[in-house]
Amino acid sequence: MHILEQKIRAAVEEGRYAVIPFLTACYPDEDTFWQAMVEMDACGADVIEVGVPFSDPVADGPVVENASRQVLADGVTLKQIIEGLKLRKGFVQAGLVLMGYLNPFLQYGFEKLAADAAEAGVNGLIIPDLPVDEAKPYREALAAKGIALIALVGPNTSEERMKLYAEVSEGYTYVVSVMGVTGERSAVAPMVASTMERARRCFSIPLALGFGLSRPEQLDVLPESARPDAAVFGSALLTHLKNGHPVSEFMARWQK
Amino acid sequence: MNIKYYGEYGGCFVPELLIPPLQETEDAMRNIMPTQKFQDELNDLLVNYAGRETPLTFCPTLSKELGFNLWLKREDLVHTGAHKMNNTLGQGLLAKYMGKTCLVAETGAGQHGVATAATAARLGMKCVIYMGAEDVERQAMNVMRMRVFGAEVHAVETGTRTLKDAINEALRAWISCQETTHYCFGTAAGPHPFPELVAEFQSVIGRETRAQCLQKFGKLPDVVVACVGGGSNSIGMFRGFLDDKDVRIIGVEAAGTGEPGCFNSAALNLGSPGVLHGNRTMLLQNEDGQIEPSHSVSAGLDYPGVGPEHVNLMVTGRVHYGMVKDARALAGFDRLSRSEGILPALESSHALAWVFDHPDELPKGGNVVVCLSGRGDKDMGIVKKYLGAQYGFGDESVEG
Repeated sequence: MHILEQKIRAAVEEGRYAVIPFLTACYPDEDTFWQAMVEMDACGADVIEVGVPFSDPVADGPVVENASRQVLADGVTLKQIIEGLKLRKGFVQAGLVLMGYLNPFLQYGFEKLAADAAEAGVNGLIIPDLPVDEAKPYREALAAKGIALIALVGPNTSEERMKLYAEVSEGYTYVVSVMGVTGERSAVAPMVASTMERARRCFSIPLALGFGLSRPEQLDVLPESARPDAAVFGSALLTHLKNGHPVSEFMARWQK
Repeated sequence: MNIKYYGEYGGCFVPELLIPPLQETEDAMRNIMPTQKFQDELNDLLVNYAGRETPLTFCPTLSKELGFNLWLKREDLVHTGAHKMNNTLGQGLLAKYMGKTCLVAETGAGQHGVATAATAARLGMKCVIYMGAEDVERQAMNVMRMRVFGAEVHAVETGTRTLKDAINEALRAWISCQETTHYCFGTAAGPHPFPELVAEFQSVIGRETRAQCLQKFGKLPDVVVACVGGGSNSIGMFRGFLDDKDVRIIGVEAAGTGEPGCFNSAALNLGSPGVLHGNRTMLLQNEDGQIEPSHSVSAGLDYPGVGPEHVNLMVTGRVHYGMVKDARALAGFDRLSRSEGILPALESSHALAWVFDHPDELPKGGNVVVCLSGRGDKDMGIVKKYLGAQYGFGDESVEG
């Protein structure tokens, strides 16, 4: 079982949702970011997704895009993020996932990325602009170093396509809750239940629900058969941090 | 999906949520486009609404000066002033056959936006245009034209506030409105199947040109030249001649202001391979894979990438891609206007300038065809800014 799957299954066995916070690397500044990583870990994050900035993030809403732009303006690079993680290897218990668009990974050199990321303790990669049809060589390069390529599926992903992902996925599957981009929303869209149930039929690995989440009550409206194993939240957390609020306060919502 | 690659370039690098509408478009290309009914209706629109076929115009004065026969394929005479409508009518009609009620599109200078807005009005569809906020300011008249045609125009405030950000925003919008909406992509780039779809609709340019050459001078041209931004007018022209080994094909990119290290739009000549807007292509980017701002005096060439088929045509050597600087394009604009009474778009002026500046590379007494992709009326503000003094405008000319 892939280590990311183990982390999520352990939370589920404790009778709770696994908690997956997303934070854009070095946002709002380097010190706050690394401090927040440690705090998120201490507050019970099971997996942490670190956003790698890109100039043209087509799957992201304004909060993540602006965070991405700000850190790019600060000169943050993928190289620096990986070196930062290497330097602190083992500093968090949570699983570590990098989330970013394909081009910066390509320019780093994909083989080199797989090796360096593994050395830095990264367990998974999420690449929103890499659908299963194009993913094979990249997934294999990552798998050779034990890194999972996490799939994203959504409300308009057919059972047929979910099965294509299921055949090759490990770690967990990221289920996008809305027909839209990342960003906090007050309620979970009504079609989530059918998306989740379809995904449950197709995938044997854990399901993480994301896009629009900020608090666990949003998931309570879902029928049991449609509840995820893990919840991902990004924009809400970025806004929380940007406003100077402590990580612990945000994470406390998710501790039962 | 049956994803198309041009050599190692092309592909479909998009979020999973965009795969279903792209798949739907691919299905429509296969099942609807080849039908007689669709082809007849499109042809009727192209002829009776858009004004095809466009002439192949001989340039007597310039031909005498240059020592070879210069011919212009007059896409400037297509309705709304550029080749863009060949594509928007095709995609708009296809969208209608697919049951869509709305067209969404990006636009840089506004030509594709205007063509899409007019198409939507003609076909009784809704239209939503995304345009960089900086372009909205620079191209106020085109924004006005789109709105007069009934389109909703959104100014995109993110990133460089230009074309590439408008594409990002249109892709985001398409994720949420795909059920009712077709994304009428403006150039032969982007994710599969857009490079092929747009090239097919634009290939009417090359098809007509080829027949007109045979009719007017009894043989194929020696050289065919077109400007390349995203590369839709050029791929449309080139496709008429790719198999004719004796026809030399030249694409012309915008070199920007021209000093070393300046911003430019010459992704083929000065870029490196990468993935943006759904396809693997040549890109202006830094070593970390972040996309660099582009620049050209002609807004229609101002894009940091290029269609994937062009990359393959460069790699295989079939097409030579040259570069022309802003100032030479302006000189080309001036020369054609004065010599032949035709006002070229600044985009097309790059292709003309390459011809004017490389007479030694062109065959004496031969036939050279330039794709005049658009008309220059839209560029008067920019021309006044750069060449105002020459046309009798005083200091106020810098106001543009």
